[in-house]
Amino acid sequence: MNEPIDLGNSFAEAVAGFGIPADLARVLWMPIPMLVVILSASVAVLLSVWAERKWSAYMQQRLGPTVAGLNGFMQGVADGAKLLVKEDVIPRKGDPWLFTFGPVIIIIPIFFAYLVIPFGQGLVISDLAIGIFFFVAISSVAPIGALMAGYASNNKYALLGGLRAAAQGISYELPLALSILSIVMMSNSLSTVDIVNMQSTHGILSWNILKPGVGQIGFVIFLISALAETERAPFDLPEAESELVQGHHTEYSGMKFALFYLAEYANLVLGSLVASILFLGGWSFIVPMGTVANLLGIDPLDPAFQVFSALLGIVMTIAKATLFVFLAILARWTLPRVRIDQLLDLGWKFLLPLALFNLLLTAALKLAFPAFFGG
Amino acid sequence: MVLQGYDYLLGFLLISCLVPVLALTASYFVRPKGGGAFRETTYESGVEPRGPKGGAWIQFNIRYYMFALVFVIFDVETVFLYPWAVAFSKLGLFAFIEALIFIAILVVGLVYAWRKGALEWT
Repeated sequence: MNEPIDLGNSFAEAVAGFGIPADLARVLWMPIPMLVVILSASVAVLLSVWAERKWSAYMQQRLGPTVAGLNGFMQGVADGAKLLVKEDVIPRKGDPWLFTFGPVIIIIPIFFAYLVIPFGQGLVISDLAIGIFFFVAISSVAPIGALMAGYASNNKYALLGGLRAAAQGISYELPLALSILSIVMMSNSLSTVDIVNMQSTHGILSWNILKPGVGQIGFVIFLISALAETERAPFDLPEAESELVQGHHTEYSGMKFALFYLAEYANLVLGSLVASILFLGGWSFIVPMGTVANLLGIDPLDPAFQVFSALLGIVMTIAKATLFVFLAILARWTLPRVRIDQLLDLGWKFLLPLALFNLLLTAALKLAFPAFFGG
Repeated sequence: MVLQGYDYLLGFLLISCLVPVLALTASYFVRPKGGGAFRETTYESGVEPRGPKGGAWIQFNIRYYMFALVFVIFDVETVFLYPWAVAFSKLGLFAFIEALIFIAILVVGLVYAWRKGALEWT
C-alpha cells in the first residue's frame, strides 16, 4: 500500500544540499525525534494534570483551576515551577543516596519506554524487533525505585507504601504481560509497528478489540492491570492518603516530589498509548487509508495525501490515548479504593488464570480460524 | 539485521537519564538552602519515632516475600512463552499441545501455592 514517510532520509537529503555527508546527517538526525518525543510526553503530562483536575472538578460540581492561563490550562506548569524553587529536605535518619536515586530510577524507565511507541506511520524513534517486550521489561523496573524511595525515607508510612508499590507492581505485571502475549500471537510479531500494521488492513474491523472473544477478554485484563500498574485509584494503595499519608512520597519535597508526580502522569500517558496501540489500532483510521483515497478519487501515493494521512495518524493516536486517559481519570474519581487483600486476590486468583485461559483460547482460535487471527 | 535500531536505544537511554539529572540540577541552583534540624526529622505524629535506631528499618510482613517468590516463577514462564507466541503460526498444532502441557504444569504450581495459602493475605 502506501509507503511510510521516512523523515530521517528526508532530513539527510535536505542537509546534503549543505555538503553534509549521509553518515553525519544520520548522527545529526538521531537526537531530534528523541527530543521531540520527550518534549511531547512532558507536554502530555502537563495537559493530563490539567485534565485530571478539571474533569474531577466538573464531576464534583467545582470549577477546578481557573487562574493560571486560559481556564487554568497552565496549572501544571505553575505547579512544576513552584516545586522547582522548593527546598529539598532529606530526612536525617534516611539514606541520602537511595533517597535521591529512588525517584530517578522510577522516572528513567518510564521515559525510556517511549522509545517503541509509534505515533504514526514511520513516526517511531526505533522500531525494535522486540518492541512490546521491551515495554514489558522496562516497565518492571519502576517498582524497584518505589521500594528504594520507601526504604530510604526510614519512615513507617513510606516503607509500607514502597512495599505495597512493589507487591502491586509485580502482581499485575503477569496479567499485563500475558494479555499482551495474546496480541503478540495474533500479530506474529513483537514489534509495535507490526502490531499496528496488522490492525490497519480493514480499518476498524481489524482492530484487536473486535477480535471475537480474545480481544474483549484481553482488553479488560490489560485495562485493569495497566490501571493497577499506574498506581492510581482504585488501585492507589501505595499512597493511600487516609492510611499511609502519601506512601513512599511522604518524605519527599521539591523537585524529587515533582519527579514522582511527572512519573505518575508520564506512566498514565504511556499506558494509554500502549493500550491504543495494542487494542485500538494505534494510528490507523476507522477506514483504511487506501479506501479513503479511492472514495475521494485521489491517488494514494499523492504526496499531499501522504502528508494528510500521516497527520491523521498522529491525530488518531492522540485521540485514542486521550480516551484512555479520560477513562483512567473517570475511574479514579468514581471508584473507591480496594483493600490490599482484594487487590492481590484480583490479580492472582482472577486475572492471572483468566489471562492464561485467554492465551490458550487465542492459540486454539488461531489454529481453528487462521484467517481471522493473523494466520 | 535482527539487532536493528539499538543505536537509537542507547541514545534514548542517555536522553531519558538527562531528564531527572537536568531537573534536579536546575532545582539545585534555584532552591533555597538552609532549612534546619527540625525539618529533617521523620514525618510522624510530632514525636520522634522510637525503635532500634529510631526508624522504620525493622521487620515487615513476610507476605511480601511470598508474592515475590511466586512472581519470579510466573514471570520466567511468561518470558518462555514470548518466543512461542511469536513463532506460533509457523509451528501449528504441535506447539499448541506442548504449550498446553507447559501451562498445565504451571497451573498445578499456581493451584499448589493457592492451596498452601501463599496467595492469602491474612
